[in-house]
Amino acid sequence: MREVAIVAFAQTRHTSHDTGLSEPELIRPVIEEVKERTGLSRFGFTCSGSCDYLAGAPFSFVSALDALGAWPPISESHVEMDGAWALYEAWVRLQHGDIDSALVYGFGKSSLGDLRTIATLQLDPYYLAPLGLDLLSLAALQAAAVGAERKELDDIVRRSRADGRANPYALDLPDPDPDSDPGGDHAVRPLLTTDVPPVTDGAAAVVLATGDLARRLCPNPAYVRGIAHRIEPHYPGMRDLAHSASAADAARAAGVGEGPVEVAELHAQFPHEEIILRRALDLREDTGVNPSGGPLAANPVMATGLIRIGEAARPILDGSARRTVGHAAGGPCLQHNLVTVLEA
Amino acid sequence: MGNRCAVIGVGQTRYTTKRRDVSMAGLVREAALRALEDAGLTFKDIDAVVIGKAPDLFEGVMMPEAYLADALGAAGKPMMRVHTAGSVGGSTALAGASLVQGGVHERVLVVAYEKQSESNATWALSTHLPFSASLVVGAGGYFAPHIRDYIRRSGAPGHIGTLVAVKDRRNALKNPYAHLKIPGIDRKMVESTPMLWEPIRYLETCPSSDGACAMVLAAESAVTGTPAWLHGTAMRSEPIFRAGRDTVSPRAGIDCAADVYRQAGITDPRRQIDVAEVYVPFSWYEPMWLENLGFAAEGEGWKLTESGATALDGDIPWNASGGVLSSNPIGASGLIRFAEAAQQVRGLAGDHQVDGARTALGHAYGGGAQFFAMWIVARERP
Repeated sequence: MREVAIVAFAQTRHTSHDTGLSEPELIRPVIEEVKERTGLSRFGFTCSGSCDYLAGAPFSFVSALDALGAWPPISESHVEMDGAWALYEAWVRLQHGDIDSALVYGFGKSSLGDLRTIATLQLDPYYLAPLGLDLLSLAALQAAAVGAERKELDDIVRRSRADGRANPYALDLPDPDPDSDPGGDHAVRPLLTTDVPPVTDGAAAVVLATGDLARRLCPNPAYVRGIAHRIEPHYPGMRDLAHSASAADAARAAGVGEGPVEVAELHAQFPHEEIILRRALDLREDTGVNPSGGPLAANPVMATGLIRIGEAARPILDGSARRTVGHAAGGPCLQHNLVTVLEA
Repeated sequence: MGNRCAVIGVGQTRYTTKRRDVSMAGLVREAALRALEDAGLTFKDIDAVVIGKAPDLFEGVMMPEAYLADALGAAGKPMMRVHTAGSVGGSTALAGASLVQGGVHERVLVVAYEKQSESNATWALSTHLPFSASLVVGAGGYFAPHIRDYIRRSGAPGHIGTLVAVKDRRNALKNPYAHLKIPGIDRKMVESTPMLWEPIRYLETCPSSDGACAMVLAAESAVTGTPAWLHGTAMRSEPIFRAGRDTVSPRAGIDCAADVYRQAGITDPRRQIDVAEVYVPFSWYEPMWLENLGFAAEGEGWKLTESGATALDGDIPWNASGGVLSSNPIGASGLIRFAEAAQQVRGLAGDHQVDGARTALGHAYGGGAQFFAMWIVARERP
């Protein structure tokens, strides 16, 4: 495969509420930032990820083009998926050999609606959605299937929130305090309210470049050594919810196990998902998981997965790591998983 | 454009107002199985699935690829979901082809669909504040002023739209999958129908259809059956609110055509392309796209339509299948153009086959005439 690297990554300072910015206004600063950092003003290909249902209006990605200043017209596409899949499409496009750069971005304002209820609309509309299963109920089903110790889950939440407080782009969320409420405040049993990712608005952008250009643009490009994704059956009853076969398959295809992993940024929206994903990716104890705080510290839906890849690239770009993994997920109960291996 | 890629299977459902007998999953599966059968393959032979539709609000299912993965045999495989507004069908074909051209996969299944009977497209397309200050209702309300400006600029006589409406519906009578079948349709009938959005009359607009279309795309080493080879693929997008952009003949369309023609070595599209499947949801878009795509000089497109050149027996047939004016499962409409172009060069278009078609254009557009996707397919390997 042609050598492709992440040469720039930018994200918004995510917020837990609507700050009044329109989507183009949210995106524009991160696009400007990666343009400035790379010195590129035009890209061979552009691809974005977003979801109309967050804004409750069709074509929310259309006005995003105005934020790009897409003139003269650009070669561009859009996935109604997390921006991580936009990065995948751009990586594929760069394999053709005729272009050498791509701009990728993802954005979402989950503050505009009730994500918990909206997510129900992603289910089979005939047999599952009418049951009223919402985002948290589905996650609770999976958490129950995993059956992890409460302490292990609490430790993940505490670590994620502490790391998030140290990350200027993530939210400042307090440590969970089990002493104040020993029984725990349940969202949906066995999920505690502190297990639930925060409502977040935000956006992120990544620039990909092929070999020679990457080396010109950036002292430490983060090379995409492997990238793969897999989807599983939709119906939760047809899957072993305690394990993620698709994440394991994607990790094998991307070559995660072919070397040590210093940092893994996982799209784990709930603490039990981190446990499932660590196992699926077969990560060792010494791999740092979600040093950014992960989705439990900032979850701008449709950008969260792309941010994982960007956060996995960051330590390589700044020269502090040599091999990292970025992961993104989609669909109910981790139905769809994408894994990428980045190397210095 | 990377490795060679060919269309080796095409499957369509019979387009109709309401498919009450199938779910959305049943609909896409029907098209997928027909495409696989055409290629002599099964789901086992497919490496990845790319699905397109737009927008999700039509049927009220958010990111429906999650639900449709099982029906499309995608479990355990990579699956992508494309959404580029009305051009989505074309973009879906291109995203699928890209996987082959990039050397990532050998065989890719691409599918697009819309089940408009489970939706209300007009209201789902009427964006509201703060996204749009527009007061129009539906796509016709948005595009009618662009058409009026075309008529003003070109001095086209008022009956040109009617001619396209009649021609495409007559073609549809020869296409077993077409939705609208109106035997005996003529200018008088079209002109007797109500005015919806001046100057678009009822019979000059596309129907609301249920339907799905699928294609199997293959790398050269994985070709089975009769291939239609890709000679060019391109997409272009431009901002919707850019002051001064020409919405009648958008620059993105001109640039996209120039790119795809360059790849395919086409310098005179009217002479070198044998048949074109072009996204014409309102009759007047035929003369407008004839100019935008370089088949006629600026202001001359309507003359080509009037002369009969774009009819099935003309020198450059446009929409031999009946086009979007005859079948419009919106999310699939672009993919149907791409698939019908492939069928023509495969020689498998049936009663609406253009004799000796060797090179064909597939075209789709979307958004505020700002997203374009095109490909050139041919009988010969590039």
